[in-house]
Amino acid sequence: MPKSSPSAAQQDYLLRLASHRKRIRLARILILVVFLLCWELSSQLGWIDSFIFSSPSSLIRTGIDMLFHQQLLRHIGITLGETLISFIISTLLGIFLSVVLWWCPSLYEATEPYLVALNSLPKSALAPILIVWFGNTVRTTVITSILLTIIVTVLTVLSGFQETEDEKARLIYSLGGKKRQVLTMILLPSNIPVIMNVLRVNIGLSLIGVIIGEFLSAKAGLGYLIIYGSQIFKMDWVLLSIVLLCLMAVLLYQGLGLLGSRLSRRFSS
Amino acid sequence: MTALLEIEHLSLSYHEPGGETTALSDISFEVQKGEFISILGPSGCGKSTLLSAIAGLEKPSGGSITFHMPPGLVGYMFQHDLLLEWRSVFQNACLGLQVQGRLNEETSRYVKELLESYGLGGFLSHKPSQLSGGMRQRVALVRTLALKPELLLLDEPYSALDYQTRLTVSDEIWKILRSTGKTAILVTHDISEAISLGDRVIILSRRPGRILKDIPIDLGADRTPLGVRSNPDFQHYFKTIWEVMQHA
Repeated sequence: MPKSSPSAAQQDYLLRLASHRKRIRLARILILVVFLLCWELSSQLGWIDSFIFSSPSSLIRTGIDMLFHQQLLRHIGITLGETLISFIISTLLGIFLSVVLWWCPSLYEATEPYLVALNSLPKSALAPILIVWFGNTVRTTVITSILLTIIVTVLTVLSGFQETEDEKARLIYSLGGKKRQVLTMILLPSNIPVIMNVLRVNIGLSLIGVIIGEFLSAKAGLGYLIIYGSQIFKMDWVLLSIVLLCLMAVLLYQGLGLLGSRLSRRFSS
Repeated sequence: MTALLEIEHLSLSYHEPGGETTALSDISFEVQKGEFISILGPSGCGKSTLLSAIAGLEKPSGGSITFHMPPGLVGYMFQHDLLLEWRSVFQNACLGLQVQGRLNEETSRYVKELLESYGLGGFLSHKPSQLSGGMRQRVALVRTLALKPELLLLDEPYSALDYQTRLTVSDEIWKILRSTGKTAILVTHDISEAISLGDRVIILSRRPGRILKDIPIDLGADRTPLGVRSNPDFQHYFKTIWEVMQHA
């Protein structure tokens, strides 16, 4: 495409594209504003029970109050920390395991039925046992979360490896290379987009795992606040924690997305 | 002339739970230094298997392959250029050297010289996707030549290109190989391509691949792949080979 002076039709198209994008952005903000307004109004006017359903204004009040009296930041920090730790461990360990299974195909063949079984097992079912084994600690939460993410990481990355064109591996062998070079020069770089997708899925799964863990065994964290708040019937606490979780998930996902799209573009073939 | 490569009674079978497939049976021929050999056969006759066996990528079931040259001097050109999109043109051309741990100042200067002499000097840091099909093939060729091979194995190397580009590229690459005195074995199912590039055409039968005929091609010393297509003898060779293949 020539860089200098696009045609009138092209300029027209670009203008329409820009205004379309602007309208979409506005609509997105509008949806949020309307939702919050409806919520606030219906609770002010008594259409819904503000004790059970809370309201945006009371959530803000609760938030400020909890910031000073309930160590809200500490709860957020604990959930965030647990999520990041289990995300990093399960991703690195998962990729490492898929490399091992790719390296020894017989090992993969032997373990495949167990991997599939573990993959379809609802991991939250394990949580009660983990409490007994590892106690009522942060460690249990992190282990729950790792178990939730690691198997799917292994299977996804491994199938990415297996789908990489055989011919590219043959190229390395024909140039006098060994299996190690097939891994480092072909498989890993050509699977960067697959790995980035795994990261995006894992950050969400890690958060789910951490919340499951906190529901069952924690003494702190947003999951703990949700359970504890519902037990003492402080719905403000519960709803505020959910809103914060939502924000945390979006921010983590966006952060990864930024990194991911840059890397994917560089490595996509 | 001296033989660079001797193949004697080579056979190769694949084993699968459903049974055994004989891909090649009793293949014997010699390749002289500097020769350009075309191996012609119908699809699935095992001609690519033959190249893989010569390259050492597959183990023969019987017979022998003997090289009369130091080991490691065989270059392989695949059907697709297999350029890696995450590497620049220069990095792609250096892949073989890097794989062998031989990438240094001297060898990388040699790669640059090769790229320059094949009209790629201005594209060192371009991405493969920014190049035309013909240029991509030349990068793949430089990647192979960077290892200074004595013998080149060409596995239908231009079949992914459109017909016109394919004629131009094979003409170019043939001239490069000829001028550097390389020995080459080309595998193809295209009769015209086999005649226009080869000093000899070896015709393989349907599976299991056996040698049906070994035909020397004499189209003059100043031949070029594009030029010989209008040579009257070209039609004569075409007809002979066509008839052999009809009875394959």
